[in-house]
Amino acid sequence: MKVKFWGVRGSIPSPGPKTMRYGGNTTCIEVRTDGNDLIVLDGGTGIFPLAQTLLKELPVTAHIFNTHSHWDHIHGLPFFIPIFIPGNNIHLYGAFDPISGAGPERIMSIQMQYSYFPVREAEMQSRIHYQTVMPGEMVSVGTATVTPTLLNHPVINLGYRIECNGKSVFFTGDHEPHYNIYVPGDDGYAEYQALVEEQWQSIVESIRGVDILIADSAYTRQEYPAKKGWGHGTFDSSIQLALAAGAKTLYCTHHEPTRSDDDLERVFAEALARYDGTAGLPAIRLAREGDEIEI
Amino acid sequence: MTEAPAKITDKLSAAVEKMPAFPKSVQRVLEITRDINLQPKELVSVIEKDPVMTMKLLRIINSAYYNFPKQVTTVNQALVYLGLNTVKNMALSFAAAGVLPQQNAAGFDMQRYLMHSLTTASLARMVCQKFGGDADPGDCYLAGLLHDFGKVVFAQFMPGEFREALAICQEQAIPLHLAERQAIGVDHSVVGAMLVEKWQFPKLLADAINRHHGDISPENTMLCSLFVADQISKKLSMGHSGNLVVDELPPALVDRFGGNIDGIIARLGDLSRVAEEAQSFAKIGTEATA
Ligand SMILES: [Zn+2]
Ligand SMILES: [Zn+2]
Repeated sequence: MKVKFWGVRGSIPSPGPKTMRYGGNTTCIEVRTDGNDLIVLDGGTGIFPLAQTLLKELPVTAHIFNTHSHWDHIHGLPFFIPIFIPGNNIHLYGAFDPISGAGPERIMSIQMQYSYFPVREAEMQSRIHYQTVMPGEMVSVGTATVTPTLLNHPVINLGYRIECNGKSVFFTGDHEPHYNIYVPGDDGYAEYQALVEEQWQSIVESIRGVDILIADSAYTRQEYPAKKGWGHGTFDSSIQLALAAGAKTLYCTHHEPTRSDDDLERVFAEALARYDGTAGLPAIRLAREGDEIEI
Repeated sequence: MTEAPAKITDKLSAAVEKMPAFPKSVQRVLEITRDINLQPKELVSVIEKDPVMTMKLLRIINSAYYNFPKQVTTVNQALVYLGLNTVKNMALSFAAAGVLPQQNAAGFDMQRYLMHSLTTASLARMVCQKFGGDADPGDCYLAGLLHDFGKVVFAQFMPGEFREALAICQEQAIPLHLAERQAIGVDHSVVGAMLVEKWQFPKLLADAINRHHGDISPENTMLCSLFVADQISKKLSMGHSGNLVVDELPPALVDRFGGNIDGIIARLGDLSRVAEEAQSFAKIGTEATA
């Protein structure tokens, strides 16, 4: 399998001299299976440069797995040029949203309204297929399988585990580890704590033993208290997750949009230093736009 | 009535999806969600005190879309699984459906109903915790909260027939569920059970609701806890939902609990907090309680 980062920035595209090295595009990851099936994780602005490369291999069949419906994970989708070209097959997978009562089809219909985008949904010339996926239910894509896991974010967010010929990748999308809403002494504390631990364990199991874990590490440990409940992880929470699951390599992503490349490297190094000498520590890297990994 | 219960249930289930919640919880949801520093536990405590909101939340979360390893029966579980913001927005959409009117065409007292449901819920949990058994206290709470849900559904969607049932109950001095069978063809325990079953709540819960006016087998912890809580709530005048008759404990239950209702009440200790908490929630607000 090959994994390529096309967008690693969280929340909003952040181009400019301070983000030149790690990149300013929002979330998009290309995964190629051993059979060269194309899996795309999220359609942030990174999907636009990816689309350019696909024009050389038309017609394309793309399997786009959306972790959740926040802008930074969908706003490149209307610019995914293959959707307008006849002969292409686009599959968009995503969760059921209990508020709107809709699945991933709504991601396109909402964005492609004529006031906001010049081309209407009905004008997409490719064949586009929408599929609502469920936690724990495996989807086959060519020679690979993709299994969603329900994580924790202000909207329903699915992490995806991709497996192909014994190799595996897990992408969290946006995820904040669950925490207890009660304080010790409250009636509900013990019950909630048990639920939190149960969730932690089931998430760890879904990531167990992956070759590559790509995890939301938006904040530093110091920044986190002010951002609690916003739905993002920290470098530390990602490292702990990778450790617990026995992941071989961890890529930290969803970089905070105001963080410069220099700052990003500095806070990353500070986090790493805290785990110096920890047994079983995976290789830990910063996700960087343009980087390609082969496993 | 010639309509089969299953058909009534289908019709009612569709209607219940649009059913408004109780005034106090709607008001509280609107208040607390406006606060940027919303305390998640406050949201939980509001939703879990409203049978309509709880039912709607659990109905959606137990639907086929999320594939949870086990059925979700508490608001806390829903919060862990779906996240605070999703649950908050679901509560807001329930609140947007308006409020259940205090006065309904059936002449059914909604405030007393809510008091009775809340106290039965808390008591069922307490009984389960105190006397043990194989049931989950959270499930027992839910059983108490929803055991008479069929009545509020009748009042809302079949007011003519339910009004007649309430009248028969008064005139003939018979238990309400028997009067419902005469006037509607089916009683609230059957309809309540069929609804929660249709919404994929745990089978044991449907079973307990279904049998809360029937044979109470002493081995069924949830059913026993519900039955005992139901009687205590009525006996201590913590609220009722149209049925004032306090049933005697069958001998098998006296054995199981080592005493009658009064004995159980004594062993549960101070129950004033149960009534106070329910009361403060069932009332719409001090200005509107007259
Ligand atoms: Zn994001
Ligand atoms: Zn997000």
